[in-house]
Amino acid sequence: MNSQPLLLATPSGDVLKLRPEGPWTAANVTMLETLSRSVGADVDRSSAVTLDMSGVSALDTLGAWVLEKLSRRAASSGRSAELVGVADHFSGLMDEVRQVNRHTPAPAAAQNPVLLRLGDLGRSTVGAREDITIFLQMLGALFMAVIGVLRRPRSLRLTSLIYQLYRIGWQAIPIVALITFLIGAIIAQQGFFHFRRFGAESYTVDMVGILVLRELGVLIVAIMVAGRSGSAYTAELGSMKMREEIDALSTMGLDPVHVLIVPRVAALVIALPILAFIGSIAALYGGGLVAQFYGGMAPAIYIARLHEAISVAHFEVGLLKAPFMALVIGIVACSEGLRVKGSAESLGRQTTTSVVKSIFLVIVLDGLFAIFFASIGM
Amino acid sequence: MGESQEEFAIRVRDLVVGFGRQTVLDRLSLDVRRSEILGLVGASGGGKSVLMRTIIGLIPRRGGTIEVMGQPIGGRKEGAATTWGILFQQGALFSSLTVRQNVQFPLRENLVLSQELMDEIAIAKLEMVGLRAQDADKYPSELSGGMTKRVALARALALDPPILFLDEPTSGLDPIAAGDFDALIGTLQKTLGLTVFMVTHDLASLTTVCDRVAALADGKIVAIGPMRELLQSEHPWVRAYFHGKRSQMLQHEMR
Repeated sequence: MNSQPLLLATPSGDVLKLRPEGPWTAANVTMLETLSRSVGADVDRSSAVTLDMSGVSALDTLGAWVLEKLSRRAASSGRSAELVGVADHFSGLMDEVRQVNRHTPAPAAAQNPVLLRLGDLGRSTVGAREDITIFLQMLGALFMAVIGVLRRPRSLRLTSLIYQLYRIGWQAIPIVALITFLIGAIIAQQGFFHFRRFGAESYTVDMVGILVLRELGVLIVAIMVAGRSGSAYTAELGSMKMREEIDALSTMGLDPVHVLIVPRVAALVIALPILAFIGSIAALYGGGLVAQFYGGMAPAIYIARLHEAISVAHFEVGLLKAPFMALVIGIVACSEGLRVKGSAESLGRQTTTSVVKSIFLVIVLDGLFAIFFASIGM
Repeated sequence: MGESQEEFAIRVRDLVVGFGRQTVLDRLSLDVRRSEILGLVGASGGGKSVLMRTIIGLIPRRGGTIEVMGQPIGGRKEGAATTWGILFQQGALFSSLTVRQNVQFPLRENLVLSQELMDEIAIAKLEMVGLRAQDADKYPSELSGGMTKRVALARALALDPPILFLDEPTSGLDPIAAGDFDALIGTLQKTLGLTVFMVTHDLASLTTVCDRVAALADGKIVAIGPMRELLQSEHPWVRAYFHGKRSQMLQHEMR
């Protein structure tokens, strides 16, 4: 018995006699391919081929298919191919592979690359319209659900709301405070460093105060919440969608928007202004520390300067934006979650889309608010 | 010794498996002969899947020995795909790969062969389990339950492993599809000379395709043999299993 597969080709006149020997199994596939390729030309040249299988010691589907392919190649274009000496325990397998791969589907026609690009462009344009529709649908559904809650306050899912507040509010405080603290410190350091050149160091405090309270505090916090909680919402709702939990809810006569989405979005709308406030204070604190140790400004002077530089209006401008940003993050996260299809890949893609889209929309919204507040003189 | 290695595909001796304080399998012994289809029955939560997963090395054991094709099973995972193919209960197809890529995956990871041959083998396997070449470019999320099981079977058979493990292969299929599936497993077992280890609750599968049936109760194999022998068993759990109301109709047919 051979431990390696062999393929003996003996031409006699026009007839080619092929004699495979040894184990024709998947483990030796590389060798089998080389062997069958090496006799390919001989097979094409001869008018009849006999395949003598009596020397094969082991055979599996792969080996059987390689032999079957040889015999089909021989049998093509009207030549004859004969299979002899098939052992009893291999005949079933040889019969089986004779049935397969008979109907190869026509490969998809290659498309014009320019047309493909145009098609993609068209599809994404239509897709953008669909995105807007889905956003508005979710906003409407949420609005209806909120009206329902206002009409019957007891129908609010209080436990769920408190739990979400704990998760996305309370548990987010340390990281939000740390990052905004660092941002405040960095802005103050840059201010002192650059303003020092023309002796305007004291204006650093104005810059830190206004920038943090009006823009950066809420924006940084909103971006963090979109990345931290928005992605969690999408992944949760997406996996619930995948396991048909959302369908189960609907069939029990419950509205998924009411049960799942209202508590989540409401928790965001409540938590984001609070987090933005905490974040702004942490940033001012970080700025103050830098002012003392880097800028040489006593804390009392820092606070006095801050008091002069900022007004409640700045603070209001910042915090007013927070609930709207929360609403955008919540709607995007939840509607992307509900768009998840069956596969794990789709869940990942939708989560990425959710974070990217909500950060983008938060920044656009911030820009719109900046224009609005400037035009009303706030 | 040489003869016993030839005769048995799987030998399990005094296997003990538990989680925490709970002992699921208690000094269990089981032999699976070469080229037979063994059905394993047992109560839900009684350790059938645990036994299967222990044999294939997914669950650590506390004691006992397991030999597969004469080789003791250790922590080694290399070459596992060439020893056995496994059909998981939910199919466990890779959702980011197409049907064709799923079937090719074991080939690609274990062998060196041309893409052309790999495509042909994948289509051949799909046709052998009763699917069409047109289905090859679908993703698992686009398949029905029966098709998923067939693709999973094609993937399990990709490397022609000598042993095939099936975890409830017919659950969730309608009787016609389940019958087709049974017939398919029978045919493949004959053509490829497989040893099949099948966990099932399907009484029809047990009577039609299984050469022997093993009953698992209280962490032990309490009865093993051809279906007719099991029907005569005096063990109370086996009696309850095969002589309950649901089994009566089948019993009737057997006579």
